[in-house]
Amino acid sequence: MKKRSSRLWLIGLAAALVAVLAIVAIPASRAVAQNTLGVICPPFCMVTFNTPSIFNAASTETIEIRGLFNFILITAAIIFVLVEGLLFFTVFRFRNRPPESAMQFHGNTKLELAWTAAPAVILAVLLGFTLQTMGQVKAVSASNVLNVKAIGHQWWWEFRYPDQSIVTAEELIVPVNTNIQVSIESNDVEHGFWVPELFGKADAVPGYTTRVVFTPNTASQYYYGGQCTQFCGLEHAQMRFAVVVRTDEEFKNWVANQKQPAAAPETLSGDAAAGQKLFASLPCIGCHAIQGTAAAGVVGPNLTHMASRGFIAGGVLANTPETLRAWIKDPQSVKPGNDMPTLGLSDVQVGQLVAYLSTLK
Amino acid sequence: MTTHAQALPTARRSVVTEIIDWVTTVDHKRIGIMYLFVNFFFFLIGGLEALLVRSQLAQANMKVLNPTLYNEMFTLHGTTMIFLVVVPIWAGFANFLVPLMIGARDMAFPRLNALSFWLLLFGGLVMYSSFLFIGPDGYAQLPNAGWTSYPPLTTAIFDPGRNIDFWILGLHLLGASSLIGAINFLVTIINMRAPGMKLTEMPMFVWTMMVTSSMVLFATPSLSVAITMLLADRHFGTHFFLPAQGGDPLLWQNLFWFYSHPAVYIMVLPGMGAVSEILPVFSKKPLFGYSFVAWSSAAIAILGFSVWAHHMFQVGSSLAVNTFFATASMIIAVPTGIKIFNWIGTLWGGALQLKTPLLFMIGFISMFIIGGLSGVMLAAVPVNWQVHDTYFVVAHLHYVLFGGSMFAVFGSFYYWLPKMSGWMMDERWGKWHFWLMFIGFNLTFFPMHISGILGMPRRIYTYAPGQGWDIWNLISTIGAFVIALSILMFMINFVLSARRKVPAGDNPWEGSTLEWATSSPPPAHNFDSVPPVKGRDPLWILKREAQQAAAESANI
Repeated sequence: MKKRSSRLWLIGLAAALVAVLAIVAIPASRAVAQNTLGVICPPFCMVTFNTPSIFNAASTETIEIRGLFNFILITAAIIFVLVEGLLFFTVFRFRNRPPESAMQFHGNTKLELAWTAAPAVILAVLLGFTLQTMGQVKAVSASNVLNVKAIGHQWWWEFRYPDQSIVTAEELIVPVNTNIQVSIESNDVEHGFWVPELFGKADAVPGYTTRVVFTPNTASQYYYGGQCTQFCGLEHAQMRFAVVVRTDEEFKNWVANQKQPAAAPETLSGDAAAGQKLFASLPCIGCHAIQGTAAAGVVGPNLTHMASRGFIAGGVLANTPETLRAWIKDPQSVKPGNDMPTLGLSDVQVGQLVAYLSTLK
Repeated sequence: MTTHAQALPTARRSVVTEIIDWVTTVDHKRIGIMYLFVNFFFFLIGGLEALLVRSQLAQANMKVLNPTLYNEMFTLHGTTMIFLVVVPIWAGFANFLVPLMIGARDMAFPRLNALSFWLLLFGGLVMYSSFLFIGPDGYAQLPNAGWTSYPPLTTAIFDPGRNIDFWILGLHLLGASSLIGAINFLVTIINMRAPGMKLTEMPMFVWTMMVTSSMVLFATPSLSVAITMLLADRHFGTHFFLPAQGGDPLLWQNLFWFYSHPAVYIMVLPGMGAVSEILPVFSKKPLFGYSFVAWSSAAIAILGFSVWAHHMFQVGSSLAVNTFFATASMIIAVPTGIKIFNWIGTLWGGALQLKTPLLFMIGFISMFIIGGLSGVMLAAVPVNWQVHDTYFVVAHLHYVLFGGSMFAVFGSFYYWLPKMSGWMMDERWGKWHFWLMFIGFNLTFFPMHISGILGMPRRIYTYAPGQGWDIWNLISTIGAFVIALSILMFMINFVLSARRKVPAGDNPWEGSTLEWATSSPPPAHNFDSVPPVKGRDPLWILKREAQQAAAESANI
């Protein structure tokens, strides 16, 4: 008997060792993985937005939810410690120790009523706070509102500003301290719309319009990462977007810029001019729109001001000439299964297209 | 030990006749054992799929699986573990145990019983036969849209291969198996109990099987209807789920979760019954608060039908609808809490023999507490808007279904195997199995709470580095391999114990229920004579009476 229990301690020790080893091994293996992957990765690595967390709340609504989350978490932690403590104390205290024998009893109605009532009361309190927060988070305000429409596509997000007549993609630019009311729709299958720091998620359900309301409280050049949360097919993992919160001034400038048509083809020269002609002659225009040109497709993102965006390819790649070149050259190896075909363009042609697209500020 | 005239002609028993005997059997015990083998086989497959998934997620931008394969692996993992392991494995235990526990000769409908088993096996084979059919993209057409398979993604427009068809047809067979089994259990339990055994004095496992079977009966048709409609949408030109033609994708979610939320309790309640059997035996005292445990199970079964839309808080339902489902989901925590306190009450004051079955059941209780608490967090709608469809939910559901149900499955296996086989599992290997699985489980799934809070969505095949997710994913992956190691221990234990054959005797644990009154393994007819049932824990009552009689005669 004695021997066996000492062996059990050995098991615990072994487990602790494994855990320690894991903790030591993690930073090492992480460095190794990043270095080795670094070789394979560019230019196809996904970009990093930030380190997201629901605790880094940056809007009135998520701060509200964080309060509720913390309250329930603390309550749950206390209950966890008490109940698990009671369980393990019981197991330890009443382990078989002859000559002690088991007490024979089979119930106690008062105790039963107590442990029915106590959780019920705690849950009622939690429910009260829950309902209160629910009302606050989805409250729609009448003034200081910016309406946005987010449309999910396999696998990228389109953003429309109906009051400003702006159509863009990948990036949602919003002014600080404004009620952003997002209507969410889907063009194909169900998607999930979520930025942990700014708003709780709502699904894009075909045939429905769902809604998210948020009031960002700090302006910065920081990108908040959003990611599709409802499984939507092959490249669900590669369906991302970014939110940037700007000051009123910056937002107005951005709106003014977005309302400009693209640079007129006749003002272009060199590679950009060649790229413009090439773009117009390729299937690109069947799917993409560039305001002020013949390109008027609606399948893929509107490219009128694509050079002003931080990201391409469904929020997956940072928008740089290198990634853009890789993407246009072979979109199917960057993001297999997406709607953009690999056209088999020469490097010169790709270079011309990149030169042209880079003028679309 | 009771002996039976089992040594009938042995000369004719070649391997072929043995196989024919098993394939053609309608004996509930053999069917139950076949269930367990088939379920364990699928458990290994589902586990391998999980290891592949975890390997791909070990670090950012890994290239173990491509997106096609990743999506197929997590879909098959979920579908297999739910529909081919946790739901039917309890039917397997119940097949073996219910007739023995109620002192019956067999199930009410032995042939239907065999039918449910064969439907289960062929349901699994139909689903996995998709491995053999290569689609136009060069990949086998495995189910690929998650175990929830939400349309329109699963309609022919977006998933034109045969992938989802294999999923639907497999599930149809599994649903039929489950329904037929439920009817059989209900009829058996209601009609075939030994004289003297009242409904409210049945072994708790039998009670929870009765409750579970009622849930199967009411819930499963909803799934069958949903997948039939999906099949029709895919092939017969209907448009139940296609909004462009007036269909409604949310109809699927309602029908699917009207089955799949009760299914959570279908997977957990029998485990709770098993815990309620095993704790008293190893504490040497009766179950605390029998009627509260029993009626809280019934309450869970009823409330379980009114919480399904807590899987749909993010689809923009009205405040009133969300309030209703949040309230119901919180209320259901009350009967669950009652059970946990009653189990602690059962352990309290006992003389606990910390053998492998009890360790697994204590593991069940302690893990289920975590799953229950994270469940309450998820019921708070605004919190749900944040963490729904993230790894927080993955953590929660594994704490309920693995930390809960599967721990109870292994505890039950160690406890009842001696009755099925006549020999004992080895204790030392069993304890290694338990501790490794307990540590591996927590190493895998606890960090998922954190990766969820850090915004990691479910079902993504890759993620960017530098989001703070790498470390938690790496720990989860290490944990998954520790779990795999523990399962290896279990298999080694099984093989060694089967070769060693340490005899179990009729009642190795001094159990109180009728299955321990017959030989191990029981004869084909189960009991030579069913012991009199004078209340709960009938064998303990008989033992007490015998002791009293002995004491009285000594006094005389």
